[in-house]
Amino acid sequence: MKKLRILFTLIIILFLNISFLNTVTAEEAPKRVVLKNGIVLLLQERRSIPTVVFNIKIKAGSIYEPDELAGLANLTAGLLTEGTKTRSSKQISEEIDFVGGSISASANSDYAAASLSILKKDLNLGLDLLSDILMNPAFNEKEVERERSQTLASIINQKDEPGAIASKAFSKILYLKHPYSRPSEGLEDTLPKIKKEDLINFHRKYYRPNNIIMAVVGDIALDEAVSLIEKYFGKWEKAKVSLPKIPSPPKLTNKNVEIIDKDLTQATIHLGHVGISRKNPDFYTLIVMNYILGGGGFSSRLVEDIRDNQGLAYSVSSGFDAGLYEGPFKVTMQTKNENASKAISAILKHIEDIRISPVKDNEINDAKSYIVGSFPLRLDTNSKMAGLLSLIELYDLGLNYFTEYPKKINAVTREDILKAAKKYLDPKNYLLVVVAKQKEAGIAK
Amino acid sequence: MFLLKKNLAAVIIVLITIISSSQPAFAKKVEEFVLSNGLKIIAMEEHKAPTVTFQVWYKVGSRNEATGKTGLSHLLEHLMFKGTTKYGKGEFSKIVAKNGGNENAFTSRDYTAYFEVFSSDRINLSLDLESDRMTNLLIDEKEFQLERNVVKEERRLRTEDEPTSLVVEELYAMAFKVHPYHSPVIGWMSDIDSITRNDLYSHYKKYYVPNNATIVVVGDFDTKTLIPKIKEHFEKLPKGEAPVKINIKEPEQLGERRTTLHKEAQLPFVFIGYHTPSIGNKDEFALEVISNILSAGKSSRLYQDIVYEKQLALYAGGDYGRIAADPSLFYFYGGLKPGKTTKELEDALYAEIEKLKTAPVTDRELQKSKNQVEASFIFAQDSIFYQAMQIGQIETIGIGYKYLDAYVDNIRRVTKDDIMRVAKTYFTEKNRTVGILIPVKQNGKGQ
Repeated sequence: MKKLRILFTLIIILFLNISFLNTVTAEEAPKRVVLKNGIVLLLQERRSIPTVVFNIKIKAGSIYEPDELAGLANLTAGLLTEGTKTRSSKQISEEIDFVGGSISASANSDYAAASLSILKKDLNLGLDLLSDILMNPAFNEKEVERERSQTLASIINQKDEPGAIASKAFSKILYLKHPYSRPSEGLEDTLPKIKKEDLINFHRKYYRPNNIIMAVVGDIALDEAVSLIEKYFGKWEKAKVSLPKIPSPPKLTNKNVEIIDKDLTQATIHLGHVGISRKNPDFYTLIVMNYILGGGGFSSRLVEDIRDNQGLAYSVSSGFDAGLYEGPFKVTMQTKNENASKAISAILKHIEDIRISPVKDNEINDAKSYIVGSFPLRLDTNSKMAGLLSLIELYDLGLNYFTEYPKKINAVTREDILKAAKKYLDPKNYLLVVVAKQKEAGIAK
Repeated sequence: MFLLKKNLAAVIIVLITIISSSQPAFAKKVEEFVLSNGLKIIAMEEHKAPTVTFQVWYKVGSRNEATGKTGLSHLLEHLMFKGTTKYGKGEFSKIVAKNGGNENAFTSRDYTAYFEVFSSDRINLSLDLESDRMTNLLIDEKEFQLERNVVKEERRLRTEDEPTSLVVEELYAMAFKVHPYHSPVIGWMSDIDSITRNDLYSHYKKYYVPNNATIVVVGDFDTKTLIPKIKEHFEKLPKGEAPVKINIKEPEQLGERRTTLHKEAQLPFVFIGYHTPSIGNKDEFALEVISNILSAGKSSRLYQDIVYEKQLALYAGGDYGRIAADPSLFYFYGGLKPGKTTKELEDALYAEIEKLKTAPVTDRELQKSKNQVEASFIFAQDSIFYQAMQIGQIETIGIGYKYLDAYVDNIRRVTKDDIMRVAKTYFTEKNRTVGILIPVKQNGKGQ
């Protein structure tokens, strides 16, 4: 549902720091089953409301598409809901809207995703639709053209968003030939090259049951879920899926500055370099380190200095985007053009500081108690739980994640943080992208 | 610490109403208490998870601000985190985080609200922290100066460099000549500059009194033991003078108003507002159903006609800003696709509006809309926060949470005739204000 999607986006924007505790400790552990045709099913039974949420991940992200067809993975996913061999685009939306449910599909770099939210009483209808869009998409020419033009318009529209401009330039310069360099929606010069056959082939190659993770949360037991999934997805045939191997991204060997001149009142600053993959064992140490540096809501060093003590920005934050491969470490902020250089110096100083001096006892203690104490807040709703379960499987973290996560966070020491900061932060060889009115900002190259 | 922008606020308000208002929400027991100092408490136990949200809603927003001092309520909201006689600057947020909790605040036209979400055993922290800042705020001059800069950055981020937000701001300023909904919640830039520390302090003293606030607490607690604790913390706070009621009426609009905005942008944007009654009016439910028929889901009319069939716009919608203390707008919007003109989009939107006036909606559309309202409500029960937010909004704008009990039934009663009548009544040319963003290319460079 378009409207619900707007809602969720807004909720994410506005309530970034809100989430809710839940009964993770009280409820039964989630279950994992591999079905006959290879679908990996993860299930968390929750009976409090009569709804079921499906979160599906397919290893069919944009990292697996060829450079010259950038946007192929996302266009494939986007077209799933736009017509099957037996249903038109409008029939799909009409059927799901009529029962107040929602169904959607999209792709990012690491994976394609599909989701279904539906009242329990309408579950059969929901699964009929979900299996149909995943197994039988039509990629009808008219729909392909329409979806392509919609994507192209959205790319143009993003040129008004300083954050999107900075982010795209950052990835492009930092990742060079690595697929993380491309935005998953594709590029203006590659989207027109994608043909119907490319979509059909990409779908045939990657959308296979043995390449699918299906997380289910809600008013349903395991045996019921298994028999329903077998009923609706049983005919889907296994096939060998070989995921292309992707080499590690290149490391920067010097400082790189990119200035994008635009008539704006604020400078949007993105500063950072290549970070880590989700499988990196130092991930947990870096979570704690980053909370102290710039990840910790209203309590981080960057917020305290740049926002609270200098009044330079409304928001400033840092983060590691750890995916299947080494995603970026990045500090982002906006400040009025004239203050850009001052703000950049402050960011660099904090990166330098955390590499030189051990963090204080109270900093590490507060960080750990927030991260551990708020962990259940990340699993409070059915859709959040389903999202997390599917990622745990995608990144191969194991279902003991729920008990291991707090332990690993609590084990982090000040020495670990210092060592990790030295290893993973680099205040010399970094990329700085600034979108600003350069005449006022006067950023030194 | 953020504010709800007018457009976002309206969208959110509408959606939240859709998703969490009906009988079953209050199949759970809601209890209401009023302390001797006038502070109202609304408590709803919900034991599905060991968590509680504690929210304090003050009846003050940009609606209560005078010309030249707009943005006062929002700036004050920021200062509420900057220290009291008991807790220093930033300590509030540190204490909450250390205890694994989350907190924030938001300001709208009609209210300012503060909240925490904690595991059930930490709820006492909220009582201590919120009762403290209800009366003991300091507002240090230096902190005020710094935070003013932060808010100016916030305005640059959300409005100045965001062309579609500027159009929305312009449109409200034009649609409301008399009523304070004329001004943006964040305030005009020069007003933010002219606000003084003393302005903020008087605003605080005037509006942050127990008899102008409502506590909403939802989650895993025992009412019998929690209420005495709330009393212990809050009942000792002195009752203030009741703030004067705002009684400003926007006169009837007697002709179409139009505004255009030229700004560096890629694609044009159209925003159209019609004055409509707010909550409590007999027509609100039909307007709500219209909003669903137009915009809820990809099978909705505006998506099907304008985005899918005609391919005029990247996105389009129609939303009803009904949860407001005073009458607000039902608005239509759309972002154009390259090569299309704003006239084409305007005409397509008007054609959809005419259709509502001249032909009855189908039985299936009406039923779908009702099904969506009911289903959305059930989904929303996953969250204690939304349920508390819903109660807080309805209470604070003066309607009372009991209104929600009958909401779904009222939606169910809407007929095809109601929809035609209501569309004819409000969606008239003379009652509309139109805002258009006309993109200007940088350095004369074309697309």
